[in-house]
Amino acid sequence: MNPILVLLPAAPAGGLIAGAAEAIGAAASIGTPIAVVTGPADALPGLAEQAASFGAARVHTAVVEGAELGAPAADAFEAAARLVQPELVLVPATVEGREAAGRLAARLRAPIAADIVGVARDEQGVVVRHSVYGGAYDVESAATYGPLIATMRLGSIDDRAEAAAPDVQPLEVTASGWRAATIESFEPIAQVSTRPDLRTAKRIVSGGRGLGSKEQFALIEQLADTLGAAVGASRAAVDAGYVEPSAQVGQTGTSVSPDLYLAVGISGAIQHRAGMQTAKTIVAIDRDASAPIFEIADLGVVGDLFTIVPQLTAALEARKG
Amino acid sequence: MKIVVLLKPVPDTYGQRVLDLETGLADRAASETVIDEIGERALEAALQHAEQAGDAEVVVLSMAPAESQSALRKGLAMGAASAVHVADERLAGADYVRTAEVLAAALRKTGFDLVITGDASTDGTGGVMAAMLAEMLDAPGITRLESLEITADAVRGTRATDGGTMVVQAALPAVVSVTEALPDPRFPALRGIMNAKKKPVEQLTLDDLPLDEVGAALDETAAPRSIMTSVAERPPRSAGTIITDEGDAGERIAAFLAERRLA
Ligand SMILES: Cc1cc2nc3c(=O)[nH]c(=O)nc-3n(C[C@H](O)[C@H](O)[C@H](O)COP(=O)(O)OP(=O)(O)OC[C@H]3O[C@@H](n4cnc5c(N)ncnc54)[C@H](O)[C@@H]3O)c2cc1C
Repeated sequence: MNPILVLLPAAPAGGLIAGAAEAIGAAASIGTPIAVVTGPADALPGLAEQAASFGAARVHTAVVEGAELGAPAADAFEAAARLVQPELVLVPATVEGREAAGRLAARLRAPIAADIVGVARDEQGVVVRHSVYGGAYDVESAATYGPLIATMRLGSIDDRAEAAAPDVQPLEVTASGWRAATIESFEPIAQVSTRPDLRTAKRIVSGGRGLGSKEQFALIEQLADTLGAAVGASRAAVDAGYVEPSAQVGQTGTSVSPDLYLAVGISGAIQHRAGMQTAKTIVAIDRDASAPIFEIADLGVVGDLFTIVPQLTAALEARKG
Repeated sequence: MKIVVLLKPVPDTYGQRVLDLETGLADRAASETVIDEIGERALEAALQHAEQAGDAEVVVLSMAPAESQSALRKGLAMGAASAVHVADERLAGADYVRTAEVLAAALRKTGFDLVITGDASTDGTGGVMAAMLAEMLDAPGITRLESLEITADAVRGTRATDGGTMVVQAALPAVVSVTEALPDPRFPALRGIMNAKKKPVEQLTLDDLPLDEVGAALDETAAPRSIMTSVAERPPRSAGTIITDEGDAGERIAAFLAERRLA
């Protein structure tokens, strides 16, 4: 039955961490998805039900109240891995997901495959795919002895599993009592709820230093909303405070592969391209004809963004009727 | 107080980074090796604390091939007091667990009150090392700090996590990782570069490390836990149509998007 264990810590803001449906879908494509869900006692039944609705054949649960960072959830993940003896452990590569993966790998001394973009099975077992150096290379890897613990890049896998009838089994966890950091408070980021998540969006409008100010960055938000797109940014725009750090696309931000990537006032530094050059269609607006972004754009427009973007937004609105 | 900052020599992201299509490993000869910028930010945070508090010693630690030592020297030139360099041919192609075991053992040997690392390297992009080290060292771990405040017995700061930020604190000894939200690293001054030549660099091999103290075996090096099964280069992307705005570029982009069913 090839059990694949999916680690799903609760997100600090509530709900399962992002990427849960994707990870369970990927697991189902090569084996039987078994989820392990951790979270506060009052939220746990809802979280488990959600994991089942994404297709987990079985859901193991463990209460983690969340005042301590890392180690208590790792106790539960370790117990689940020892119980299930999975061939592969899949974890969405969010902040809490990477934390869980790293801690479990240290405890089991098991191999990690980081930031994978695909899973498959061949005669010898599970193979995972990576996109390396900003999409310049496609690499496949496999474990020599397992289980392989893989963190999965969000937005990379289209497989979704059918909902399963909830089979929820509380885990028996022995607390390791390991030293942990204490969480004093949590502040959620105010999200525009109608805007798609950058990591999984099919369309992205990104703004760079060329926007000039936080106020003028609103042009990017308006265009994004007209297109039903997520908002992205270059590191220079983040550093200048035009937009929050989670919007950063690139080498040290989010790696994205949307159907459309519209870059505005972004020169296309190599570290920015590393995070977006696998997009299906790239459109760029920049006043400097020699900006490197034009080397990879399907449509490049040389001109002033402050006249082009409002016109584009209006034209798109007009087409919508 | 002893603060150990982990520095990783990586292929310079400003250059063309090349993978060896036979081994799947970085072709180190093809590009310049530099300290990963996020490690420099971690070092900057440590140095700023040491300058204020006065009683802190800052040590930089790397596990890297022998020829990467010049990168470590940059850490000394920025202001670290000493460096520890673990270099051993048996570590070529070491995976995450092996790397964490070696770094954890080196940290046990060196001793530490606080370990600061970058949240993720630009070549591995795994973002798991700090959590692994916290586990192997049985120390509290805080990943992705956007700010940090170090006191005599604790570290505290704002952690960027999924959907928000949290204020977190841990008693020392502890392991933390930091994000790019931390201040830009300083450039080494000429005096720093001159002084760096006189600062101690401790050279260690696997045989010098207390691997058993972190639950690792020495002879295990022969068996990699995971292997690359294939490596292929993607064809580079080429440029499409470039137009210059003649007053109707917004309309033309809208038409292009409509034609491709992207609007
Ligand atoms: C280790 C490392 C990691 C990095 N990671 C990232 C990363 O993840 N993501 C990232 O983006 N960068 C990253 N960088 C930074 C990167 O090198 C660039 O500095 C950054 O991408 C530049 O952002 P930008 O294109 O917005 O700014 P600039 O390069 O300054 O470009 C601004 C552009 O706006 C154009 N412009 C200005 N005004 C107008 C106007 N009115 N109309 C039209 N166009 C206009 C200009 O012609 C210019 O091309 C990293 C760097 C390092 C060293």
